[in-house]
Amino acid sequence: MPDPDVTMTVQHPEAGTAVIEIVGDVTAACEPVLMSAYEQACAPGTRFLVLDFSGLTYMNSGGIGMLVTLLVRANRQQQKLAAVGLTDHYRQIFELTRLDEAIALHDDAATALATA
Amino acid sequence: MTTPAPSNDSRTPRDAGNWASKVDRLAAPEAKSKVGYNVTGRKVTGPQQGFGRLWQRTYAANLGTAVDPQTLIADWKLNFGDYWPAGSVFHNTLTGIEPGDVAPIEVGIASRGPKLATGILVLYADDESFTFMTPQGHMFAGMITFSSESRDDETWVEIKILIRPNDPLWELAWPVAKRKEDVFWIGTVSNIASHYGVADANVSEETVCIDHKRMWSNWRNIWHNSGIRSGLHIVTAPLRMLRPHKSPR
Repeated sequence: MPDPDVTMTVQHPEAGTAVIEIVGDVTAACEPVLMSAYEQACAPGTRFLVLDFSGLTYMNSGGIGMLVTLLVRANRQQQKLAAVGLTDHYRQIFELTRLDEAIALHDDAATALATA
Repeated sequence: MTTPAPSNDSRTPRDAGNWASKVDRLAAPEAKSKVGYNVTGRKVTGPQQGFGRLWQRTYAANLGTAVDPQTLIADWKLNFGDYWPAGSVFHNTLTGIEPGDVAPIEVGIASRGPKLATGILVLYADDESFTFMTPQGHMFAGMITFSSESRDDETWVEIKILIRPNDPLWELAWPVAKRKEDVFWIGTVSNIASHYGVADANVSEETVCIDHKRMWSNWRNIWHNSGIRSGLHIVTAPLRMLRPHKSPR
């Protein structure tokens, strides 16, 4: 599998929340990077996770599969997931794959965090 | 087939042409409508819309230097159903597999006899992979990705499946369905290997349960169960033959 061309940065803007900023390509190859970011995001008491896709440059179906796996892990921890910063193109992919029924879509992190 | 919609955003991504356009309900091609009765009008189902446990299954084989990944994928897209083991039919278009294609499929339950009708949507396709998503009523809710890549100058072929059984009946049938899937996909990979002159390819199989939890809120998926509906379609065939045909104007 090729090396992942992505960086993920974790922030904790408020208690119980985390934002994972994703910059680069989201494919199956970046699963270790995403899961590592998820571990960092899961500080004790984290109940709301925001995936910020503003820097997303490419995604294939492997990336969608990886998000499904992340969703299962988050559900197991009773955490809610939201996605922000999606272009029209990626928003349509979330809708087509019906990921939007499990991951709430918002324009930006501030709007998402307001629903936490 | 639907043409991928152009992005309204200035940041047009590299994958813009690889994804199917958003559709609310699937429509089988007119020419395949006789076998598309369990596809037309259905929504797609991702793993989170299924009922049973979530499984990730992977079948892979090393084809050595027999073919390069791009050639293999181009051939696989064009002749997808030809590599299936005998007994099942994939009704694809003449041009192969393109994002947005809806293809009815007929799955052989036994070596002979009636077939279960369902289908797929081509969710994604590029030069090295393509992915199907299943409709309501299909045995499984989820995605299946067919890919090929080069590792240490050798070509690997891989089938990766991320699925939940779609309803309680399919969940009950999982132990049998799992074994049938093994025979089917190992047979498919073996047929591909054989086509490229790789005899007795060693096809590996890995199964991981990603989520043990059943999605009880989705038990009503049974309404669309393609097994039940295929059976009803077959037994009501004589009634359809009695129905007067519309004469062309």
